[in-house]
Amino acid sequence: MTITTWSRHLLIGLMLVAAILAPVGQGNYITYVLTSWLIFSIAAMGLNLTLGYAGQVSLAQASFMAIGAYSTALLTLAGWHWMLAMPVGLVLCFVVGLVLGYPALRVQGHFLAFVTLAFNTLVFLVLRNEDWLTGGNYGLMGMPRPDFGIFKTMRQVDFYYFTLVVTVAAALVMWAIVRSPWGRAFKALRENPIRAESLGVDTRRITLLAFAIGSAYGGLAGALVTSLVQFIEPGSFSLVHSLRILLMVVVGGAGFFFGPFVGAAVVILLPEVLRFTEGYYLIIYSALVIVMLAFVPNGLLGIGAVLRERFWPSRQRADMAQGAKLK
Amino acid sequence: MSQPVLSMRNISKSFGAIKAVDDVSFDVNRGEILGLIGPNGSGKSTLFNCILGQLRPDAGHVEVNGRDVSGMRASQLNRLGVGRTFQQLSVFPKMTVFDNIILAGQEHRGTMASRLFGAPDAGLTEEADRLIGFFRLTHLRDTLAGSLSYGQQKLVDAAMAFMAGPSLVLLDEPAGGVNLTMLADLKDRLTTYNAEHGTTFVVIEHNMEFVMSLCTRIIVLAEGSVIAEGAPADIRANQTVIDAYLGG
Repeated sequence: MTITTWSRHLLIGLMLVAAILAPVGQGNYITYVLTSWLIFSIAAMGLNLTLGYAGQVSLAQASFMAIGAYSTALLTLAGWHWMLAMPVGLVLCFVVGLVLGYPALRVQGHFLAFVTLAFNTLVFLVLRNEDWLTGGNYGLMGMPRPDFGIFKTMRQVDFYYFTLVVTVAAALVMWAIVRSPWGRAFKALRENPIRAESLGVDTRRITLLAFAIGSAYGGLAGALVTSLVQFIEPGSFSLVHSLRILLMVVVGGAGFFFGPFVGAAVVILLPEVLRFTEGYYLIIYSALVIVMLAFVPNGLLGIGAVLRERFWPSRQRADMAQGAKLK
Repeated sequence: MSQPVLSMRNISKSFGAIKAVDDVSFDVNRGEILGLIGPNGSGKSTLFNCILGQLRPDAGHVEVNGRDVSGMRASQLNRLGVGRTFQQLSVFPKMTVFDNIILAGQEHRGTMASRLFGAPDAGLTEEADRLIGFFRLTHLRDTLAGSLSYGQQKLVDAAMAFMAGPSLVLLDEPAGGVNLTMLADLKDRLTTYNAEHGTTFVVIEHNMEFVMSLCTRIIVLAEGSVIAEGAPADIRANQTVIDAYLGG
């Protein structure tokens, strides 16, 4: 094991310990905010796959949270256990994500962004207008939290640890995906789709999968929101929330594995940290985000690369090393 | 005589009133290195794009190993054993050289499911390292492809085209922008690969020195039609070719 790998494992271990200790001694509100951070990290992880790894712009992640949230809510209200209701939401999001991926086969960039934006609006309108199913503007409430007999999640801190386990499981699955040949094909799609296709990569299938898997992560986040808040309404999944998830991915660093966690921390936790400034916290928060995006467009996890290039520029220029061998 | 690897049958392609390719037919046999040359606008790239399914010919059809491939997608063609390089640099800059090469082979191994649940290298490490060594890129194996020099990226691009063990490789201006040392290296690698594996090449190239020394047969196009065909020495001496393309 190299020093880099060893230190990476140590860092991950420390982060996990920090996540376990985070709610200790905290009140319900802080624990609720920390749980929100984990849930939005899952949603951002999904968008990071679609956007950061596969390069497909999507402004619809909140609508997949909605599909996961409402399907889980309806089933748990009908008496299903969360562990059975959640997979239904995931499969639903996967299938709808596949369908939404089809426009990406024809349009790219900001055109694709507008297609997904329209989808988000469509889902919002369905949730608001089909009140026989969704409760309309009043939403749905009273969904039970997961109960595992010896481990119940009714206390905020217990639900936090349940969410942490789900988040770690989701992160491990994502890690396996991005390290697999599929992950390599996703990156190839982002970097040069024409070349990828010429090497046998079925770019149509990979594009659809990038949308479908990313959407399923949105669905998982939605299923957790249902249990966290125990009340959902259309406004919780409007376009502004898709933009927030996009901000998490961009601020954290699109295409970096831990980017979504960092981005979600900035978007969810930073405003809470700045609350001591009272009426100014949103102004300070917005200014910080603008400064971050202006100076580190690759996201916070891109800072390392920027600093390395600035202070230790290209330790080994490959072409120069090659040139030195030539006589 | 064995079946040709590539057969072009009466290919015609027009863009509006301009006839880019006009009733072109030729065969490329196993192990041959065929050069496709001609002035700009002679129809070389259009022909290439017709072979690769990026353009659908108005008339005629293309066969690879006896199979009509007209209208096939590039990924399907690749799975049938057709590799290619691009005129512009076409490596994946944010992946290492190793990952670039693995990517070029992974879609030919297993199923979609095995590519998700199987080994990250799709069991190709040994093969990839052998190819990286063959193209003398071992010292750059774990370097990001985007940080390599232009010539080195051209070598990576070429190596990717060979990773899946193709029967036919289309090389689109492989010498473009490559310095003389790298060019000699590239030519040496291509001829060695051809000799060792019997892979068929079709090369579009403007660098006459390179194409004449690499190819075993040359077809000259002008205004969408074949004006000459033969061994490099014959093409150099052909008065029609000299008048239309090579000049005095």
